[in-house]
Amino acid sequence: MSNNRVGRIVGVNGNMVVVEFDDYVVQNEVAFVKYKDERLKSEVIRVRGSRAELQVYEDTKGLRLGDKVEFTDELLSVELGPGLLGQIFDGLQNPLPQLAEECGFFLKRGVYLEALPDEAEWEFNPFAKKGDKVKAGDKLGFVYENIFKHWIMVPFSLDGELEVEAIVDKGKYNLRHIIAEVKDEHDKLHNVTMQQIWPVKIPITSYAEKLKPSKTLVTKIRIIDTLMPVALGGTYCIPGPFGSGKTVLQQLISRHAEIDIVIIAACGERAGEVVETLRTFPELIDPKTNRPLMERTVIICNTSSMPVAARESSVYTAVTIAEYYRQMGLNVLLLADSTSRWAQAMREMSGRLEEIPGEEAFPAYLETRIASFYERAGVVRLHDGSIASVTIGGTVSPAGGNFEEPVTQSTLKVVGAFHGLSRDRSNARKYPSIDPLESWSKYKSFIDETQIKKAQEVLKRSHEVNQMMKVVGEEGTSLSDFILYLKGEFIDAVYLQQNAFDEVDAATIEERQRHVFHVIYGILETEFAFENKDVSRRFFQNLRQKFVEWNSIEWKSNEFFEKEKVIKKMVGEKVKKNA
Amino acid sequence: MHRIYNRIVQIAGNVVTVEAKDIGYKDLAEISLKTGKSLAQVIRIDGERIYLQVFAGSRGVSTGDKVRFLGHPMRISFSDNLLGRIFNGAGLPRDNGPTLSENMIEIGGPSVNPAKRIIPRNMIRTGIPMIDIFNSLVESQKLPIFSVPGEPYNELLARIAMQAEVDLIILGGMGLKYDDYLFFRDTLERHGALSRAIFFVHTASDPTVECLLVPDISLAVAEQFALKGKRILVLLTDMTNFADALKEISITMEQIPSNRGYPGDLYSQLASRYEKAVDFDIAGSITILAVTTMPGDDVTHPVPDNTGYITEGQFYLRNKSIEPFGSLSRLKQQVNASTRKDHRIVMDRMIQLFADYRATLEKQAMGFQMGEWDRKLLQYGEAFEKKMMDLSVNIPLEKALDLGWEIMAAYFEPFETGMKSELIDEFWPKRK
Repeated sequence: MSNNRVGRIVGVNGNMVVVEFDDYVVQNEVAFVKYKDERLKSEVIRVRGSRAELQVYEDTKGLRLGDKVEFTDELLSVELGPGLLGQIFDGLQNPLPQLAEECGFFLKRGVYLEALPDEAEWEFNPFAKKGDKVKAGDKLGFVYENIFKHWIMVPFSLDGELEVEAIVDKGKYNLRHIIAEVKDEHDKLHNVTMQQIWPVKIPITSYAEKLKPSKTLVTKIRIIDTLMPVALGGTYCIPGPFGSGKTVLQQLISRHAEIDIVIIAACGERAGEVVETLRTFPELIDPKTNRPLMERTVIICNTSSMPVAARESSVYTAVTIAEYYRQMGLNVLLLADSTSRWAQAMREMSGRLEEIPGEEAFPAYLETRIASFYERAGVVRLHDGSIASVTIGGTVSPAGGNFEEPVTQSTLKVVGAFHGLSRDRSNARKYPSIDPLESWSKYKSFIDETQIKKAQEVLKRSHEVNQMMKVVGEEGTSLSDFILYLKGEFIDAVYLQQNAFDEVDAATIEERQRHVFHVIYGILETEFAFENKDVSRRFFQNLRQKFVEWNSIEWKSNEFFEKEKVIKKMVGEKVKKNA
Repeated sequence: MHRIYNRIVQIAGNVVTVEAKDIGYKDLAEISLKTGKSLAQVIRIDGERIYLQVFAGSRGVSTGDKVRFLGHPMRISFSDNLLGRIFNGAGLPRDNGPTLSENMIEIGGPSVNPAKRIIPRNMIRTGIPMIDIFNSLVESQKLPIFSVPGEPYNELLARIAMQAEVDLIILGGMGLKYDDYLFFRDTLERHGALSRAIFFVHTASDPTVECLLVPDISLAVAEQFALKGKRILVLLTDMTNFADALKEISITMEQIPSNRGYPGDLYSQLASRYEKAVDFDIAGSITILAVTTMPGDDVTHPVPDNTGYITEGQFYLRNKSIEPFGSLSRLKQQVNASTRKDHRIVMDRMIQLFADYRATLEKQAMGFQMGEWDRKLLQYGEAFEKKMMDLSVNIPLEKALDLGWEIMAAYFEPFETGMKSELIDEFWPKRK
């Protein structure tokens, strides 16, 4: 293999360049386009005869016929090792704060920095011993990355049974330092450092088996946890028209979810939103660990004005880092916002390649790409028996807010929960604007199923009565139907909706959800005695106000229990006698 | 030394193809026509075939015309001399001033490193309650005004521009009617703001391709001023014309269209412009207000739809007022917590009650009997429309909030608004 294979540009069209090569090329290998003193990263995406088509991860301004291209033999990869947490990378794993130090305000093209600085030293604690039999992904030792035991593992790329030949003593080493040597079945020695390289488009599979997701992931968003829960290791999607609150919802989940590590992939969205996360997270304290939220977060950020091709790589970079931390026995949540932008990047490239378009000009392979991405989620049992997971939640931005479009439909086929956002609800300032009737989940909630069924039934009937009232009017509706309608509105207003700006109401822990939902269930089951509709409306308006106030009182405080008594008394007074 | 080529092998739409060597992608060229010169830009390289987008349009281009490549991409002169000047889409003077050529900067430069941005924190007061209370405008925000043709969007734009406290106003006009251009010029002049304004105007009668350059030029200049610590307001009207120009070029280039003929990269194209809105950590800021006209009042049309996904909210202009539903400022949370403590609750509850009013209107239209609650809502809604929504209302935020409480108190009992008791105790107007 010659390592200095080169080619020359023969065409430029947007971020695609056509290159004539001499020797051979590898599909999906990384190549660098040389322009003056710049080297622009790109990837081979199609080969035809002696010409390869490359997508360039940078602006192609100024490139010309005959410019030299160097091929590298390597697939697009990321660096994995201690130091990832708390970082902000672009889609190619360039650390953005360091880039700002080097280049100032703007993202200069062709500048690639090390994702993890080689010279950084970490205190290594050996775990394996010389002579131990190990497999890829097995633990050799650990370093402390903030509060996490960051395990240094046998490289995922090694096959078969291995034996530890040597391992260093406890001490400080940098990422380049060889901390162990392992011998494979053919007696070949491999050096192990604290850092490994892994191609982003290939899943890490160094685990014993993949299990069925069964535990609920507590997001502290009531409507999700109660009505359409997400499981640890599961997948979900949030489609919604613009302005319906997709990103706000993702941000709150990233803050409050009960999970070890959160990876945020901001893919083709607004820079301002990323800025909000990266400026506020260092100051927000995770109640579980008492440490800044940033210490459990990695941000991969390829905003809408950054080069289009890197959008695709950003979701893969994110999921690869998620899998890496899963290998340490942690539960990881990956939030991708928005997968539509990634799909659009595929569409742009497909158009430049002049492929025959599928629906709405998306390429025919859209569905398989989306499916294989979500398939990288899951609960796994690692070789040492511990259980770990990657949960993936992706937002979808359907054109025109119409869920019938290809990206939404391909996503719905593969995910386990669907949180559809509705413009009507967001227009009415109902947050979260998840539509309780259209959304669904295949996972199990921590709340009793019969009680949930009851709530769903009331919501459905209430909606029907409301629709009917639009035709026959309030006067044509029976009092019992009207009360049903009010009950539905009530549960929506006080339970399904949450005030994101209220410190207490913004996040509801599992125990409180169980408690409050039980009270609500009681109200739904109660048969009320009202003289007429106006009285019933007035009663529920009052009850709603009390409940909203209750929602923002601290859990298990004296005030909390007092308010509960007031509410129960109010309800008790209106119960139908001898019912 | 620039070589001159004269082998134009294809002319299609506004794109001409010339055979040439050693030409950079996006480089500029100058075509000498019988009628004068026109700039053109490289938009594709295929071997020695160079595709050029001709700014003045290809009408009158002859296969024998000479093409001279300038060896650099599109640039614009940047200095304080720009202030008070009016240019066309290609950056040439539209007024009688001199052509500027010092300190040339490239347009369409790289994007800002997110790590150098800060969270926006300054509210831009407009005196329009529908904006100040319900959807506060924030420095460094990018916000479109969605409107059907015929609504007074340019008037609204000009009014916000005049009242906003910024250092500099840059107007990018695309497909602007000539009288609208005069309207902007005269309004700014009347308010003595022309000397802190720069115009880049492409009128409806100018060549289409020039329209494509307007946002890039405007924003490149804005960026340079922002780096010098200035706070800039960029007005772009109308971005739908920009998108239509993109469509025209991409169809000419035989690209596969994705939705209603628009190119598949419409989102990225719009985003790379809107994302220039920025608040730098140690320099100035750029705020973008843009008009997007919606063909057929259809928000799912690709242009408003893609825009909505990019911008930080949108204002709907309908029936000569800012529609409360759908209008949204995504950044309002950054500023409306520190204005007055009743700001958020007034904003939320008034809108929720107004939504109920709209539902009641529908019921009324269908001839249903109106209950006591319905009658309250109807009165409330009418008062809201008259006193809050009307665009002629011009009061500061604090007055507008007081007005909000008054309107609510005139028609409702406190508990009917669903607000917390403590706020009601403090703000609910006392009945005499």
